[in-house]
Amino acid sequence: MNQSTQSRETSADVNLLYTDVEDSLRDSVRSLLADRCPADRVIAAYDGDHDLGAELWPTLATDLGLAGLLVPEDMGGQGASAREAAVVLEELGRFAAPVPFLTSAVIATSIALRARETELVRKLAAGTATAALAVPFSSGAATFGSDVLRTEEDVLRGSVANVAGAHDADILFVPVPTEAGFEVHLVDVSEVTMTSVVSLDMTRRLADIEFMDAPCEVLIDATDGAAAVRDALELGAALLASEQVGVAEWCLESTVAYLKERRQFGRIVGGFQAIKHRLADLWVEVESARAAARYAAATAADGDPDRRVATSLAQAYCSGAAVHAAEECVQLHGGIGMTWEHPAHLYLKRAKADQLAFGTAEGHRATLAGLVDLQA
Amino acid sequence: MSDDEVADDLRRRVADLLAAHDPATTDRLEFLRARFDAGLAWVHYPEGLGGLGLPRAMQSVVDAELEKADAPDNEPRRIGIGLGMAAPTILAFGTDEQKKRFLRPLWTGEEVWCQLFSEPGAGSDLAALATRAVRDGDTWVVNGQKVWTSVAHKARWAILVARSDPDQPKHAGMTYFVCDMTDPGIDVRPLRQITGEAEFNEVFLTDVRIPDENRLGAVGDGWRVAMGTLMNERVAIGGGSAPRESGMIGVVADTWRKRPEVRTPGTHDRLMRLWVEAEVARLTGKRLQQKLASGEPGPEGSAMKLVFARLSQELSGLELELLGEEGLRYSDWTMTRPEIVEFTGRDAGYRYLRAKGNSIEGGTSEVLRNIIAERVLGLPPEHRDDKDVPWKDLPR
Ligand SMILES: Cc1cc2nc3c(=O)[nH]c(=O)nc-3n(C[C@H](O)[C@H](O)[C@H](O)COP(=O)(O)OP(=O)(O)OC[C@H]3O[C@@H](n4cnc5c(N)ncnc54)[C@H](O)[C@@H]3O)c2cc1C
Repeated sequence: MNQSTQSRETSADVNLLYTDVEDSLRDSVRSLLADRCPADRVIAAYDGDHDLGAELWPTLATDLGLAGLLVPEDMGGQGASAREAAVVLEELGRFAAPVPFLTSAVIATSIALRARETELVRKLAAGTATAALAVPFSSGAATFGSDVLRTEEDVLRGSVANVAGAHDADILFVPVPTEAGFEVHLVDVSEVTMTSVVSLDMTRRLADIEFMDAPCEVLIDATDGAAAVRDALELGAALLASEQVGVAEWCLESTVAYLKERRQFGRIVGGFQAIKHRLADLWVEVESARAAARYAAATAADGDPDRRVATSLAQAYCSGAAVHAAEECVQLHGGIGMTWEHPAHLYLKRAKADQLAFGTAEGHRATLAGLVDLQA
Repeated sequence: MSDDEVADDLRRRVADLLAAHDPATTDRLEFLRARFDAGLAWVHYPEGLGGLGLPRAMQSVVDAELEKADAPDNEPRRIGIGLGMAAPTILAFGTDEQKKRFLRPLWTGEEVWCQLFSEPGAGSDLAALATRAVRDGDTWVVNGQKVWTSVAHKARWAILVARSDPDQPKHAGMTYFVCDMTDPGIDVRPLRQITGEAEFNEVFLTDVRIPDENRLGAVGDGWRVAMGTLMNERVAIGGGSAPRESGMIGVVADTWRKRPEVRTPGTHDRLMRLWVEAEVARLTGKRLQQKLASGEPGPEGSAMKLVFARLSQELSGLELELLGEEGLRYSDWTMTRPEIVEFTGRDAGYRYLRAKGNSIEGGTSEVLRNIIAERVLGLPPEHRDDKDVPWKDLPR
């Protein structure tokens, strides 16, 4: 059997449902966010008030242990898998919560674990340190690069634009190209110049980072650096799909709820068939996105050989589904959907930014074409 | 027992079956009957009725073992209506005698089934149906006309819904029957469809006599029984746990792989979008099946059928475009009466045309959207003037 036919085989017994453990984790995240993450405070981020994130993350990170969710118990974490992290991301998506779970607790932590830096992992798990991978948020596993170079004096020089999670981080993990391949360096944020970006999605702020002779320390050497970054971005892409499901689900639910109340022409607007059919199609799309996201999370959790197909599949599908749901949400709310006050725009901006993150849908379709032997 | 133990036990049962009835030397029908009696036909059915009362998903263990042994199957494509619609309805609503009488020859394919639901005046609005069933002692006398009846020309039995009480509002006065297609009052006439073939038929019923013992469910309960059938039909058409690249996407992907000369950047983009959608639909079906475990299909099955219909149509359309000049040719317009309902068979032109039926048969896509909107999302129902009016007083 050649490789391409092999990659067409799928794992027969992957559980695509939510386990009881996952459901109870969801409940605790949801009830905390319902309490502490009101939409008006999330919206305030667009006017420069970032207090909510600063208050919320320590609670999520330590009280609920989310910072160490993916860290093994003997290193101070919860020893959970990508499946549980996916459920957390669904909830964070539902609230458009401005916290660095994906960037620090998932992506950066996977790099620290790969580096076997136990002390560093412990700090991340305890929430006493927060980290970010210094690549543009748009970087896909298949295409990432870096202009940051290590000089002869063993300091870093260069810049990276549009880094997600850097504002919340104390530590940066910086991919550095060398002749032997990519190294991953650890840099303290106090050593770099960070400029806030006015980003499309202010609930996941971006920063431009400049390294001007920043002291650094090799975390992962050139033999494994590129693979480590690629795997981290792939995990990010796989789990972002669940955040997209959460975004889409909120948009559908809030739109359905609104249209069950709203009356025009003497009728409940949700009773017009043109509306019913759009919402039915959207429901099908959200449930489909859920299946794709669950498959990506489950295969990532098991290190399943089909996980790369699953990841690109989930991104190729869920990124568009979230955008579609958010766009329908705005349209079907009418004028109120266009207001600053109504939270719909939080989801539109999150969904559109997420669509560009970790590679575009088109990029993921190209990756898939290679994996399943359907080359152009 | 753990899943692994159940699987081991199933493998042992298959080995016993194969030892007692070597497929290489046993008559096909005899083998199928023995398989049914061993509970290996559909393991989620009860013991004694071809199953072992196990989760539906365990069937794949049996199927894999039997495939390895080159055992004959029951040609599921030839008996789709029996397997997908009649059987679950008989199981859910039938008496013990009915289950014993009908399920075994249904499963082995000795008896083909068809579905006498739609009528000229009752399609999407099935509850408007006018075929009358009048009780005469221990039998019912049925008169009326059905239409679009797939493979009626091959069928031994039919599932039939008829109006037993015209004084009731339309949903209340119906009764569900098993109808003998060899009754002298049955007249099956081919209806040719856009592919050239006559896969479906008109069926005229004139004083057809159905013994009361062939009634499924209570008198007047026909609508509820029929809804059970339709939910299963939608899962049968759209659902399933097929492997990756089954169905129409597999056909098109094969063409793509074998024929580099047909590839263009534009068609590649469409192919990959559809590949993604087809694979996501497959996973969604699998997730739905895990949710159902061995339970009854709900309105979610409508979602699968909706997606399946759209993808079949888009994919078969893409296939014709891929073939370019070759796509201008068609295999054969000769009127035939096929034995099986084929979605992916014959040539690309046939597939393109046949796929148009996927969004009509078993509930149109518009009706399925209504169902999802109302039953899943809880949106207000469609406006209906006719709901509480006695059927006989409805405008026709
Ligand atoms: C290939 C094929 C095989 C079939 N096999 C069988 C079979 O074996 N047995 C059997 O009993 N039937 C069979 N059918 C019949 C099928 O179930 C009906 O054709 C179907 O239910 C639609 O009914 P209709 O044809 O009367 O169309 P209509 O109900 O008249 O619909 C016409 C159009 O109006 C739309 N429409 C109707 N009501 C609404 C509404 N409330 N809201 C929005 N739009 C609406 C429909 O979607 C459709 O587009 C088969 C059909 C096909 C195409």
